[in-house]
Amino acid sequence: MKTAHLFYRVVRRDPFLVACGLFLILVVLVSFVGIHFTGYTYDQISDDSLLRPSRAHWFGTDVNGHDLLTRTLYGAQISLFVAATGTLVSLTVGVTYGMISGYAGGRVDNLMMRIVEIIYSLPTLVLVIVIVTSLDDPMTTFLKSTGEWCTGLGLPGLAGFFTGINPRLLLIVGFLGLTEWLTMARIIRGQVLVLKEQPFVQASFALGQSHFQILWRHLLPNLLGIVIVYLTLTIPAIMLDESFMSFLGVGLQPPLASWGTLISDAAFLINPIRLYWWMLIFPGGLMTLTLLALNFLGDGLRDALDPRVKK
Amino acid sequence: MNREGLEVSDQPALSSGRRFPPQLVPPACLLGALFLFGAFFYFFGGWTLSAPADLTICNGDEPQSLDPAIVTGQLEGRICLALFEGLTTRNAKGDIIPGMAQSWDISPDGLTYTFHLRPGIRWSNGDPITSADFLNSWERALNPATASQYSYQLYYLVNGEAYGTGKITDFSQVGVKAPDPSTLVVTLNHPTAYFLELTSFQTLCPVHLPTVKKYGNDWTKPGKMISNGPYLLKEWRLNDYILLEANPFYWRPVPIHRIKVLPTNNATACLNLFYSKKTDLIIDKTSIPPTLVPDLRDKSYFHSNPFGATSFIRFNVKRKPFDDVRVRKALALALDKKDIVDKITRAGEPIANTLVPPGNADYKPPEGLSYHPDEARRLLAQAGYPNGQGFPDVNLLYAARGSGTQVATEMQALWRRELGITSIHLRGQEWKVYLNTQSLIDFDLCLSAWVGDYNDPQTFIDMFVTDGGNNDTGWGDPQYDQMLQTSEMTADPIKRMQILRDMEKILVEDQMPIVPVYFYVGMSLYDPEKLGGFEPNFVDDHRWGEFYIPGHKP
Amino acid sequence: MTAIILRRFLQAIPVLFIVVTLTFLLVRAAPGNPFSTEKKIPPEIMEQLEKQYDLHGSIWHQYLQYMGKVVRGDLSISTQYRNRTVAEIIRQALPVSMTLGAVAYFLALTFGVTFGAWAAIRHNRAGDRLIMLWALLGISIPSFILAPVLVMLFAIWLDVLPVAGWGSPDQIILPAICLSIPFAATIARLTRGSLLEVLQLDFVRTARAKGLSEDAVLFRHALKVAILPIIGYSGPAAAGILTGSIVIETLFGIPGIGPFFVNSALNRDPFMTSGVVLVFSSFLILFNLIADILYFVVDRRVKLE
Repeated sequence: MKTAHLFYRVVRRDPFLVACGLFLILVVLVSFVGIHFTGYTYDQISDDSLLRPSRAHWFGTDVNGHDLLTRTLYGAQISLFVAATGTLVSLTVGVTYGMISGYAGGRVDNLMMRIVEIIYSLPTLVLVIVIVTSLDDPMTTFLKSTGEWCTGLGLPGLAGFFTGINPRLLLIVGFLGLTEWLTMARIIRGQVLVLKEQPFVQASFALGQSHFQILWRHLLPNLLGIVIVYLTLTIPAIMLDESFMSFLGVGLQPPLASWGTLISDAAFLINPIRLYWWMLIFPGGLMTLTLLALNFLGDGLRDALDPRVKK
Repeated sequence: MNREGLEVSDQPALSSGRRFPPQLVPPACLLGALFLFGAFFYFFGGWTLSAPADLTICNGDEPQSLDPAIVTGQLEGRICLALFEGLTTRNAKGDIIPGMAQSWDISPDGLTYTFHLRPGIRWSNGDPITSADFLNSWERALNPATASQYSYQLYYLVNGEAYGTGKITDFSQVGVKAPDPSTLVVTLNHPTAYFLELTSFQTLCPVHLPTVKKYGNDWTKPGKMISNGPYLLKEWRLNDYILLEANPFYWRPVPIHRIKVLPTNNATACLNLFYSKKTDLIIDKTSIPPTLVPDLRDKSYFHSNPFGATSFIRFNVKRKPFDDVRVRKALALALDKKDIVDKITRAGEPIANTLVPPGNADYKPPEGLSYHPDEARRLLAQAGYPNGQGFPDVNLLYAARGSGTQVATEMQALWRRELGITSIHLRGQEWKVYLNTQSLIDFDLCLSAWVGDYNDPQTFIDMFVTDGGNNDTGWGDPQYDQMLQTSEMTADPIKRMQILRDMEKILVEDQMPIVPVYFYVGMSLYDPEKLGGFEPNFVDDHRWGEFYIPGHKP
Repeated sequence: MTAIILRRFLQAIPVLFIVVTLTFLLVRAAPGNPFSTEKKIPPEIMEQLEKQYDLHGSIWHQYLQYMGKVVRGDLSISTQYRNRTVAEIIRQALPVSMTLGAVAYFLALTFGVTFGAWAAIRHNRAGDRLIMLWALLGISIPSFILAPVLVMLFAIWLDVLPVAGWGSPDQIILPAICLSIPFAATIARLTRGSLLEVLQLDFVRTARAKGLSEDAVLFRHALKVAILPIIGYSGPAAAGILTGSIVIETLFGIPGIGPFFVNSALNRDPFMTSGVVLVFSSFLILFNLIADILYFVVDRRVKLE
């Protein structure tokens, strides 16, 4: 309950943080619920291409005549989904890795941290680009054949699950998650090193509890605060990475659209003859605001919850 | 973003003594940065101090090579044809005119061409150009060791294919001879009406073989390359610019002395460069954003011309439901092509109901199928899918570059609107993967394009011969194959065109293994008061040696 | 120290080996032929091409051939630019990227440290708040949104800077600014944070007590200590600038290494992709090593003093 209490204190102290949190909740709500009330669907084309914002199209339209508001919200869905699931992957890997490293200590710890250091010094995003562009097609085939295999086993539900996954999305979520866990692992490890020496953990040792029990029951709950902090900081990082890749044309591909692809469409239209400013400003603005809110929230939470940050 | 630093050390101590005035640290840092940047930029970053060019061209992208035997792309071809010249060349209108050859005789059966080289022609280093240069360069282009991707341009020669595929190794058996230094005799397999167009193409241009032998792969570098065209290669900075300078040994004066070629591939950046007067000519249509064409179209600097290329859809006729010709026709009839060219491509492309683009005056194309949604719905219902019900899941393959995605999106939506088919799924792939999937015929529908090699229907029609290398539909018709053979043997041009017309009728009216969508147009931006010698032509082939600056014409 | 450097170098070799192996095998195992074009190539020519490039036979054979060449310092010939070796392309493009990166780096350092220090002095006052808000914005706004906006502003509306290209000093300004902003923002935050901490330490109080001016305290003593986290951050910053430059170079048409990398990955050029990955990784490993040594040296000097 310590965490909840701290959380409350944060809210009291900095109402701006609350505003950021509310804004994020609003973005999520609007993009998942509000999108159904725009009067358009995200893949509905029309003859009204490249219209300025108007009463009918609040954010204007794009080349195909898609309603840009609906597109932006759909892009938000995808971007948020990628960021959230990617963060989940990084969280799982980072926390497990950090806990094992810190708990084991000694040479294991040394080696594991050396590996983290090495990955730190690699151009990870460049490697992700190589991996995603190369594995796209094999992944498609794999999912398809797995789906067929499941149908053969008489599991149509599972088959539908596999064939329903977008292979590109899966690869991006997976591999971006696998690059952004390093900070988390380092910090968790540091915390575990401290916690390990605490009396209550030492007592558990003495009582002969298994390693797993100690890690799961005693250490993990005490790491929750710091995990939340770095969670909020990993989400924008992954969101940025995904849009970066999509912008370069090596990320998500239609019919999927994320903020990155929408901004990419617009950025290559900046010219001296006619400015389609709405195509850049709306998705770009919303993305920037979301990132800002996330970073602000992460910052504020870190100040309040991270024991390493001195107040 | 959150990879922030390490902890601060805890026991720092005091320092003493005179140091740099502290207030000056930030400005000093800035100054140091500026200095460092200047020095770095000067030594490594490529500060261009070369003489200004008389004409700057945005050419679309960085050329992959400048070896005329190796290049395949149009943008490389343009530079190659400024550097090299074949037996024939083109004038500004795109007509074939004498190039390195002053004249030629064609035997009555159309099989033997005797070229007479222009007297006194020289390489850019002063060496005389002889018919042996052509003979040896063609040998090089055909030789499998060169691995020229366009060597098939020489397969029209007797035994050309056999030599090119390594079946024979004796080049003297190939149908090209150099009886004396100024005569070249070429023997062809069939009377090839468009052979003089091929001789103006870069693959058949001569190269200076001593240089090629001496430098190997490096021979295309500036300072090493010896060329015979209107220009020579002065400088080439990768992805930065290429500088061409008039070749003093070229057989006629070249109006523009220096041309700078920019490889900018970002369409908006090109346009911005044009507007800030950093470039005089945008020559590649991919460098003009299609969304802006409506705004550009009425400007005096916007120029467009039809050009011999077609966008079309391939069906996989081996798979359901497109093994049924009624379904193929239904999709063709339901496609509102006007919507696509008006909304997406926007360059004023004519919609295509036939495969062969207009441009050859002797060829009268068939009608083809036009937009007719009622008939389409009827056919689809007849095939067992009324209102698209029960239509199986199919995918539409396309290359995810340029406006490919938008065109595919539009098609998907159009078929849903007209036919009620909701089970067409988009499948965008990166260029090389797309090519692979297409050649494996691992698709249901495939958005494709074809650029003619020469201005003759043959280059489009012969694609769809049974199991042809570029067929990629699984479709085949023995009658069609038979007709192609007959047409190749026919020396009478009128009769030949008639046969080709009947063949195209099979393609676009009866069997429909493909749906033509639109004909490409070439687009370019330049101020006609500042650049002459650039005229619209069907082959979209603008020789840079023809360019001149109005008022400065020599 | 020497032992550490030596160990790091020895450690780099297997790491680079793994990275290049992974890249090459991935690109070669992926569908798509580097030589295919819209028009089919006769199979005999394709065979010849693959032979010339040592891309025939099993993938392991190809891999061994390639690694053999890499060990001898030959990065092979690009399959896309058939007259150029990968080494040659990198030799021409890397200095351009390095120039852009170096300028961005120094801009980020200069502005980051200046604003960070300024904010720390005005701790919790309006100036501090404002700078920190801007810094957060700088971190949050992606460069590919910022770049088109700045181009719109400075190159199109105000027409004071060139829109794209490379070759004259004014063409580096916009791209360098776009590239440096997120890092300047991070450095400003780091500087402020660590300076605030340092200013509370004993030695600063002593210095103040000795009657030194506030400026002297700040610049002569505090900042020198506070700079440590920024040195620590230089490794990640270099990685960020390196990946960021890919987008910036593409947007501004700069002949750096970024566009070549993206192109090679999309065109299945195994040699170019592996070569660039090798160079990027080596550069970052080296840079991190230098940063660590620098950290070590500064840290020790600070402690000694």
